[in-house]
Amino acid sequence: MTTPYAINSMQRGDTAIIIAVDPEGRDPVSARRLHEMGFDEGVDIELLHRAPLGGDPLALRVGNMTVALRQALAALVEVTPATDAPAA
Amino acid sequence: MSLLTAPVAATRPRLVALVGNPNAGKTSLFNALTGSRQKVGNYPGVTVERKAGRLLLASGEAVELLDLPGTYSLTPRSPDEEVTRDVVLGTAAHESRPDVIVAVVDTTNLRNHLRFVLELRRLGLPMVVALNMADLAERDGTRIDTSELSVILGMPVIPTVAVRRRGLTELAAAVAPLLELGTTAHAAPPAADITLLQREARTIAHAVTIETGGAKRWSQRLDALTLHPVAGPFLLAALLFLMFQGVFSLAEAPMQALAGGVVWLQDQVNTLLPAGWLRSLLSDGVLGGVGAVVVFLPQILILFLFILLLEQSGYMVRAAFLMDRLMARVGLNGRAFIPLISSFACAIPGIMATRTIDAPKDRLTTILIAPLMTCSARLPVYAIIIAAFIPDLRVAGIFNLQGLVLFALYAFGVGGALLAAWVLRRTVTKGPTPTFLMEMPKYQWPAPRDIFIGLWQRAWAFLARAGTIILASTVVLWALASWPNPPAGATRPALEYSIAGKIGAALEPVFRPIGFNKEIALALVPGMAAREVAISALGTVYALQGTDEDHAEPLVGALRAAWSLPTALAFLAWYVFAPQCISTLAVTRRETNGWKWPAFMFGYLFAMAYAGAGITYWLARWLLA
Repeated sequence: MTTPYAINSMQRGDTAIIIAVDPEGRDPVSARRLHEMGFDEGVDIELLHRAPLGGDPLALRVGNMTVALRQALAALVEVTPATDAPAA
Repeated sequence: MSLLTAPVAATRPRLVALVGNPNAGKTSLFNALTGSRQKVGNYPGVTVERKAGRLLLASGEAVELLDLPGTYSLTPRSPDEEVTRDVVLGTAAHESRPDVIVAVVDTTNLRNHLRFVLELRRLGLPMVVALNMADLAERDGTRIDTSELSVILGMPVIPTVAVRRRGLTELAAAVAPLLELGTTAHAAPPAADITLLQREARTIAHAVTIETGGAKRWSQRLDALTLHPVAGPFLLAALLFLMFQGVFSLAEAPMQALAGGVVWLQDQVNTLLPAGWLRSLLSDGVLGGVGAVVVFLPQILILFLFILLLEQSGYMVRAAFLMDRLMARVGLNGRAFIPLISSFACAIPGIMATRTIDAPKDRLTTILIAPLMTCSARLPVYAIIIAAFIPDLRVAGIFNLQGLVLFALYAFGVGGALLAAWVLRRTVTKGPTPTFLMEMPKYQWPAPRDIFIGLWQRAWAFLARAGTIILASTVVLWALASWPNPPAGATRPALEYSIAGKIGAALEPVFRPIGFNKEIALALVPGMAAREVAISALGTVYALQGTDEDHAEPLVGALRAAWSLPTALAFLAWYVFAPQCISTLAVTRRETNGWKWPAFMFGYLFAMAYAGAGITYWLARWLLA
């Protein structure tokens, strides 16, 4: 199993499984909002698009919804490549 | 469609509230259930729109159906969402607690939407789940065991397709018996652990899904184009261009018809009434003033038609995504793009649309810069000055010089807004870096009924304002411009002897350094009520010969004779940044709960307009010398 990494290092078309949302409790308010948008442990995600001019914000498929968010927020989410974990 | 108040019943009708995530199709369901029987108002104190309608049950009882603002949870992030929380908790000051909650759920996104249903269930209010967009789920091949879901949740679950009016009778039938239950609600249940609710929702969604369909690939395929790093921005620019073309070309004929109608009414008044103050009040004051604003109704409706189509198809969030980077550079976020686009029609609906922005400093900044988006009321001002001073030349073979100048004026407005946001975010509205997190809904065909109802509500709001604020301010201005009468044997225009004329003369020294003459200073005063009134004021000053017919054409000649080119350009520059109309200041006061921010808005826009006009004037003089 590879070490967890943040969504920011994903390329377009990459899929991954979420292993934690803000594990260190750095930003509970944002973490809650991410949960409201469907981010949670075990949910599969896919990096769909990056915005023009610098690739920020990102468009992600989270479960079966599409969510747009800035990299700073996405950095709170730890993921692992989809092949390492069973699908949710 | 009746927007009149429903007859007051002896007992208050019972209250049913629609609650759900944004993008669950809640408003479509509300429109389908209530049709034309809607009332749109405001919650007192806060400026969140209150949408209510009458729902007729099979028993003949009419209940009040409330469309609460969409939210993801009962932990509010914006003023809209606070209203939803307060109403369902029963702590709202001006709304009683609903007797029944209808939780609207997107069937294609069950696991996320069920989380909110579980949170709502903890309130203990009688509840029904409307499994909306059931057709989209079917089309994707997803099948849900609704009776199983109903057993697990302990409440009726009704599949609905709001846009096709399916499941509406069943939904009403499920609501009726719950009204008799009586509330056993918990006042305020302890805050739920969102993660636990989320897991429970996923488990339930998994248990009741009989068949999972393939993902909705066509929505993603469309995104591959609309969000493409190169094609996406081009498509956005093309759509905006098309929108402005449409606003100006399609609106022309109906606007002329409306203007003709106003002139006809003025003629009727002028022939029916003897000359005197009453005739002048009705013809010049009321019809002239309110008429000048009402002619913009076609433009505003066309712009809103485009905006509603972009919103309801799901494209607007994509536009916000594309614009977020640019907005981030000036300290805003992509969400601000939507209110700013609305401000091209009129700053008032734009400022009201900022309610969905969750960060208060972000929202305030967006409100403050909204008037810099060139609203449709500035168009007649631009049009007449351009017609008078800018030659109708071809540039580089394909461009028209007049069109280019018009485009430049819009561009200066947008540039000024971005600059203002940048400065404001570093000074008066300094705060945490805003973030951007938005659900991108699936694309869908906008439902004609929803578009029609949306347009109707906008038209009504606009006309109601024309009938109140604008009517009142034009009457005041008419009075100021009409009294006192000129002395016998006066040779100068009557306006100069009036109170408004005195005000203009007093203001003139302030504006002389930026190239404005006394007539312009005078026209700026009524221009505060509504920008385009400045043109009719100039018309009154310059069209001395008494021809009341169509000020526009003689005015072009009069302006050419009276103004230098630097003065005309300075006047245009002034109007790019001009301190906005009184209605905008009034709505800003309402949205920010005080006079501080509208006063600040007026001050900073005045400074920008003064500097902009001054620089333009002196630069033009120097270049032309």
